[in-house]
Formats: sequence, C-alpha cells, structure tokens
Amino acid sequence: MIDINESVMQFLLAFLVVGPLLGAATALLPAPPGLKGKSPEQAVLRHGVTVTGAVLLAALVLALGFDHDQPSKMQATTDISWIPALDVRIHLGTDGISLPLLVLTALLTFLSALHSYFKPPAGPSPKAFVALLLVLESGTLATFAVLDLVLFFLAFETVLIPMYFLIARWGGEGRAEAAWKFILYTLLGSVVMLLGLLLIGLGAGTFDMVALATDNGRSLTTSVQVTAVLAIGLGLAVKTPMWPLHSWLPDAHTAAPTVGSVLLAGVLLKMGTYGFVRILLPAAPDGFRTFAPYLAAFAVVGIIYGSLACLALAKRGAKGDLKRLIAYSSVGHMGFVLLGVATMTPTGVNGALFANIAHGLITGLLFFLVGALKDRTGSTDLDTLAQETGAALYGKAPRLGGLLAFGAVASLGLPGLAGFWGEMLALFGAFDPAEGLSRPAFLTFMAIGAFGTLLTAAYLLIVVRRVCMGAAPREAPELTDVRGHEFAAWTPLVVLTVVAGLWPRTLLGLTDPAVQQLLAGGTR
Amino acid sequence: MSSLVQSVDWLAIAPPTIAAVVGVVVLVADLFVGETRKPLLGWFSVAGLAVAALMLLPLLGADRSTFCLVGDTGVCSYTADRFTLVIQFLVLGGALLAALLSVTALKDAGKRLPEGEYWFLFLSSTAGAALLPASRDLATLVVALEVASLPAFALVGLRRGDRRSSEAALKFFLSSVTATAVSLLGISFVYAATGTLHLTRVAERIQNVDGQLHTLAQTGVVLTLVGFAFKTAAVPFHFWVPDTYVGAPLPIAAYLSVIGKAVGFSGLILVTVVALPSYADVWGPALAVLAALTMTVGNVGALRQQAARAYSAVRLLAWSSVGQAGYLLVPIAAAAYTDDADKAIGSTLAYALMYAAVNLGAFAVAALVGRTHRLNRVADYRGLYAASPLTALLLGFFLLCLAGLPPGIIGLFAKVTVFSAAVDAGLGWLAVVMAVNVVIALVYYLQWTALLFRAPEGEPVKHRLPAPLTAAIALTGVLGIVLSGAPQLVLRFTDTGLF
Repeated sequence: MIDINESVMQFLLAFLVVGPLLGAATALLPAPPGLKGKSPEQAVLRHGVTVTGAVLLAALVLALGFDHDQPSKMQATTDISWIPALDVRIHLGTDGISLPLLVLTALLTFLSALHSYFKPPAGPSPKAFVALLLVLESGTLATFAVLDLVLFFLAFETVLIPMYFLIARWGGEGRAEAAWKFILYTLLGSVVMLLGLLLIGLGAGTFDMVALATDNGRSLTTSVQVTAVLAIGLGLAVKTPMWPLHSWLPDAHTAAPTVGSVLLAGVLLKMGTYGFVRILLPAAPDGFRTFAPYLAAFAVVGIIYGSLACLALAKRGAKGDLKRLIAYSSVGHMGFVLLGVATMTPTGVNGALFANIAHGLITGLLFFLVGALKDRTGSTDLDTLAQETGAALYGKAPRLGGLLAFGAVASLGLPGLAGFWGEMLALFGAFDPAEGLSRPAFLTFMAIGAFGTLLTAAYLLIVVRRVCMGAAPREAPELTDVRGHEFAAWTPLVVLTVVAGLWPRTLLGLTDPAVQQLLAGGTR
Repeated sequence: MSSLVQSVDWLAIAPPTIAAVVGVVVLVADLFVGETRKPLLGWFSVAGLAVAALMLLPLLGADRSTFCLVGDTGVCSYTADRFTLVIQFLVLGGALLAALLSVTALKDAGKRLPEGEYWFLFLSSTAGAALLPASRDLATLVVALEVASLPAFALVGLRRGDRRSSEAALKFFLSSVTATAVSLLGISFVYAATGTLHLTRVAERIQNVDGQLHTLAQTGVVLTLVGFAFKTAAVPFHFWVPDTYVGAPLPIAAYLSVIGKAVGFSGLILVTVVALPSYADVWGPALAVLAALTMTVGNVGALRQQAARAYSAVRLLAWSSVGQAGYLLVPIAAAAYTDDADKAIGSTLAYALMYAAVNLGAFAVAALVGRTHRLNRVADYRGLYAASPLTALLLGFFLLCLAGLPPGIIGLFAKVTVFSAAVDAGLGWLAVVMAVNVVIALVYYLQWTALLFRAPEGEPVKHRLPAPLTAAIALTGVLGIVLSGAPQLVLRFTDTGLF
C-alpha cells in the first residue's frame, strides 16, 4: 500500500522476532530510573504493554508496506547462514499466508498485555509473567516468519516452556496436571515432527521451505513422503488439535489464566494448521494426498465430537464450565480448518486460512469475555451462573451480555461475520476436492460437516440463552458493566470480526494468490 | 640401516604429558608444603591443566603423529588429528572445571580429604583420559584406559572414614576390573588373529583372517567392545553409576560423568570405526540396541527418583548421565550404516561437547547448593530463584539444555544432529525410541526446573559463592549461552574430516 524501503521491511520482520526476546530479557532487569512507575509490578506490566505495542506497530507497518499486488511473493526476506554444518539458515520472509497470522499474533499479544496491565494476573510476580508472555510472542511470530524447517521446529518448541509456566504458575484449579498434559503431548508430537522434518530435509538436500515448495516433492520418493507426512502430520495434529489427539486442550484452556487461554486458542493452535499449509502441502504433495481422506475424516469427526461435547456441557445440570465449552468448540472449529486443508484445493485451503484468522479473533474475544465474567461472578460454571432461569446478563450488565451474544453468533458462523466465510469455503472445497481424492468420500464429509454447523449453532444459542437471558431477581446485585480498558481491549476484535465478515476480500485477496502458487508447486 | 630409536615429537604429546608431570610434581611437593599452604597445590594443578589445554593450540590444523613404526611411517601409536584434539580439549577443559569444583570441595572437607593424594590421582586420571583418544594401537589404548580409571577408583573411595564412599569405590573397582579383563582377553584374540596391535593394520588384516581363526576374531571383537561399553556406563554395565556418584566427592562425580564418558566413547569409536570397520554388521546393530536400552533405562531410572530422598539431586544427575550416554551412542551406531562415518562421529563429538559444558554447569550449581544442604535433595532446590536468581536461571538453562528445549538452543541442536545421524543412517526405529526418551527426560528435567522458581519454604537460604565455584558456574554458563547463539562452533565437527 505504501512504499517502504526493502531494508526497512527486513528490519521490521526481524524486529518482530527479536524485539520481544529483548523485551523479555529487559523485563527481568530492574526498571531504569524515570520508568519506575508507581510500583515495580506496575512498571514491568507497563513495559510489557510498551514492547508488545511496539511489536504490533511494527507488524502493522509491515502489513502496510507489504506489496499487496504480489502477495504470493516472499517479501521482507532475510537469508543469512547460521549453522552451515546443519545447513540451517536464518531465512525470514512473509507472504500472503503468513502476514495475517503475524498481525493477528501481534494484536492478540498486545491486547493480552493491555488486559494484564489493568487486571494483573493472580499469582507470583508479574515480572516473570511479562517475560514469559514476550518469549511466547517471539516464538509464535518466529513460527510464522521463518522459512527454514529446522528454525520452524526451534520456534515451534520455543513456545512450550513459556506456556507451561503460564499455565502452571498463573492458572486456576488443576493447573499442574493441565500444564504437564499440555507440554508432554505437544513435545511428543513435535519430536516426532522433527524426525519427519529431517527426513524431508535430508532427502531433498535442503531445509529451505521456499526451495522445498518449488521442488514440490519431486526429489522425494513417495515412500519418504508418506513417512514424512505421517510424522510431521502427527506433530502438527497434536498442536492443532485434531480429534483424537485433542485431549490436552480442554484441560489446558480450563486451567490457564485468561491471557493464556486467549493466546493458546488465538495463536498457538494456528501454528499447527499453518504448518500443514506451509510445509506439508507444497513439500510432500504425494504423501499428503495419501493421508488427505483420513485427515478429512478425523476433521469431521472432530467437528461433530466438539459440538456434541459442547451440547453435553451446555445442558442444565451438567456442571459445564464455560472455558471448557469454548475449548471444545475450538476442536470443532479447527476441524473445519483441517477439512479445508485436506481438500487440497485453493478454495478449501483459502477457507482454512480464513477460518484460522476468524477463529483467532472470535475465540480470543470469547475467552476475554468469559474471563471478565469470572472476575465479576467468581465462576465460569454454567449451572452456578444460570441458576434456575438464566444468568440474565442482559439485565445485569447489558453491554457485556450483548458482546457475549455477539461472540457466540460470530462463532456459530452467522453470515456477515468472520466465522461464516472460512467454514463455508472449507465445505465448498470439500464439494469438489482436488484431483486424485475420492469425491464421494469428500461429499460425505461435507454433509457431516454441514450438519456440524447446525450442532454448533444449537449449543451456542443454548449458551446465550442460559447466560444472557433469564429473569433478573430484583434484589440481585448489579454486575459492573464493561469497563473502559475492557472496551479498549475488545473493540479491535469486534471491529475486525465485522470487517472480515463483510469484506472478506481483505483477507482472501492476500491468501489466494499465495495459496494458488503453493498448490501449483511454487511456480505458477 | 635405519636407527631403531624412535624420535619423539614432544609437542604432539605435550597435553597429556604436562598433566602427568604436574601430577607427580604435586605429589612430591605435598611432602614439603606446610599445612597452611596446601591450597596452593590445588591452584598449581588448575594452572597445570590450563597450560595443558593451551598446548593444544599449536597442534591445531597439523596432523602430527609420533611413536611410529621404524621404517613404516604410516603406522603410529600416537596421532594428534582433529578427533584427538577435540576429545583432548573436552577432557582437559572438563577436568579444569572439575578441578575448580574440587578446590572448594577440598577446602570445605578440611582434613577428611588428603590434598596431595587427591590432586595426584586427579591429574593422573586426566593424563590417561587425554592420552586415550590419541592412541592408535590396542596396547596404548588399554594402558590409557587403565591410567584413566585406576586413579578414579581411589578418588571415589578417598573420603576418609566414609563407609558409603569405600563401598562405592569397591563396586566401581570390581565391575571395572572385570570389564578390563574381558576386553584384554578380546584384544589378545584380535592380536592372535591379525598379528598386529595397530588399529589401521588391524582394520586391513582382519578382513583376510584365516578361516580357522574366524571365530576367534569375532569373539575378540565382541569381548573388546564389552570393555569399552562399561566405561560409557552403557546398559547393562550401568549399575555402578548411581551408587558411585553418590559415594564419591561431588567434583569426582562431575568428573566421571563427563570425562569418564568421554574416555569410554572415544575408545569405543577408535575400536569400532578405526579398527574394525569391516565388522560394522556386528557392532552396528549391537550398539544400536545398546543405545536404545541405555537411554531408556537411564531416563526411566532418573524419572523414578523421589525429590525428597537423600542425595536425590546427584542420583538424578547420575541416572540422567546414563540416559545421555545412550544419545552419545546413537551416532556411533549410525556410523556402521553410512559411508560417511566421520559425519556421524562428528555428531557424537558435538553432542559430547555440549553435554560436557552444561552437565558440568549443573554439577557446579549442585556443588554450590550442597554446601548448605548436605543431603543435596532435589527438594532442596525449591525457591533457589528467590535466594540467588542468577544461579537459578543458569541451572534452569543447563537443565533445559540437557532436555533439549529452548531456551537451551544448543541442547536442541545437539539433539537434532544426533537425530539426523540416525535418520540419515536409516535407523528410524532408534530415532523413534530416542524421541520417546526425550519426552521422558523432559519430565524430570522440567520438574526440577519448575521447582527452582517455586516460592521457597521458609526463609530463602543465601548461598555464599566461593570464587572457584563462581568461576566454574560462570564459565559453563557463558559457554552454554555462546554456543546457543552460535551452535556452529561445535556442530562444525559434523561436516569436516576427523581422522
């Protein structure tokens, strides 16, 4: 949009990765004079807001400077040799696929830091909290920015330790087990993924993602591709998470602090689906084709399973936890993303990428809202909240209730909001899958997935009814309605949800050329 | 007629020789130095080790050989090639760090540890360990192995009036001597079959052994390997490790965990890759199975340690070092399956260098905590961050390096090279076993790391930092961090020729 010097762009992208790391290191040091603030806690939380704000700014400038006429071209690339012995290069770059994810990550982390500044997390010192948050941000941004398989793995692993500590130290009930489950599941997945990455890298003679995409699996035998896709796919599927490898997710979400849940759902899950699109689809298409029907089958099972689990949780007397419910709904939503990827068509993959972003925005918003609800009522248990008739949030705190209803209908895929396009395009892709994939099978998957949208609508409407509606008792204490800083943190998410819903071209225009190129084997 | 007297390249043999000479000087000086001046012996030994390590510098880049067969210069008993220099650097550097830990330990122990003897034994063992990677004939190899291990037995049992210490020494001694006897028998068989002790000649001649001697040669190969497997503490020769580590003075445990391993695997590499490449189909699968068993048993053993048990920190490090030995064996096994054995061996060297730095770092912090908490339980590390933040951060870093997770980047890349050696060699099953082990290992490393940052029980105990310990912790910490930024420094051994 605006013309920015190439070396400035390079710097901006590198800053996205390195900036948060430097910020994390400085967060541990005592505040310099002049920046001490009211208390050390306040100073360090403000430091977090400053750093994540600077990163968000850099991401926005990067997005503005990005050449929107050539979204399929890698831009702002840096390519430096780092470890010649392993042929590992610090290769950074962004195209239409990764740019939206970079901005989303920077935005959600900034909003999380802002949220923590006004509502410091309950737990040990915020110093470590801010440092871990920034390391987490660096790891996720690096995952989307690097173009080298080994670096991708490094970035993938970087997020584990900070997330573990965020859950284990600042989490709620059952946090220790939840944190262990999270890290063990994902580590087992990612170590297996490393084996697959090595198989591809050693087989093709390069770890460079761009070169691998251009090669399009030509220098890999089918058996190597199949093995590699199985190994890498497992690692990514754990992270995504794909049914039946999802069981770490509900526990982690339920136990994590609000900020942890937002980032886990909004950003970390995307690393898995991004890996599918960026690595597996272009680098090992033959292997992927072998597994695509299975992936699609697991994906639709996930859609149905997630919705049914949510329905069960939403029932009266089920003692359903709202955070757990949203976590299960994530399993369903990510099922749509995987279905889209599995079709191997531009339509499906575009839908998957769109659903990725939409899910990040909407679920991030929902977790913020539920966190706010918990602060006010002290509980996220649906039965405790709803009592006999319903929690009557519309009556007690109309704005909060309205936003929650907005998040719920956006999540169920109401046309005109962000949730709609991704799921529709994914189903559309399944209607006409790529050559070599069984059409009847995918038609069946499409039908099941479409049924899943109905179930999704059902449980979300039940949630709205039980939480927002109901008869407000006269003597019930008023709940504080949305505060100023909460508005500040949520407005961007609401606005972007509406914008992406009404004007999907902003996103699809970016992703489509890049996806076309990836599927066509790097060159078009 | 050519002279029968061999010419000696003194510069090439300087590193192990200096260590040995300093050891003897310390032993003699001990008789004349007054009680109050005894700490000087320690600093003299540290300086000696530093000089020995510095003497590696002039050898860089020049493949020097000495003690060659007269008339046939290609066959030598001592070679200072790249492989030798890397291992010698590891041994001398590791010994230097262990010596720094020893200075404080000896000061704290007072009368219970005799200084002169301690340093003499320590330096002798180091000299043997430094000699071993350079030896290129089986006799020198065994002599070096024994010079490295015999003083170690004495060091383990050196604590006067400590029953556990003597018992540990006896366990260590008996099992080690048995293994040595077995490998000597193996070597004699190989000698009988080939008529030579020089590794390169063994490699040539063992391919054309007389049919009648074939069984003899094979038995010899297996028996020789058994002896070296013991030194790396590979399963099933690992059972002496935990008791020995707990019984020994802590710096000696640190020394054994790094230098003991280096001795074992460099011997193993020399015997397998240099002397017996034609038997790769025998030792390759054997080592692969051994590696899988070793890492699994070691990691499961470490996982079962209870945090509240006495000496559990040292026990955990001991078991984890068994697990790490398993990872070290993987590339050696992979060398049997590839044409490019140097590359696989390079992975072992890179991993060993990383492991040496961070494991000694972890031991240094353990030595520090052990000064105030005699029992050195893992539970004693709770709240270390509140007491001394920097030490806790560094220990956390060391443990995560051992686990191979960021921020321990060098640990991660060292594991990546080992994995890639296995995948490259087509040992997929071994890579998967190792993957599972990495996850098991993460549990206990991360449990310990998480404990460091918990709120302390009661008042945090301030740990006073003696200068030598500070130096050791700082040195290992800087090494770990620098390597994390520039992994190429150690990983380059995977793509250059070694022998």
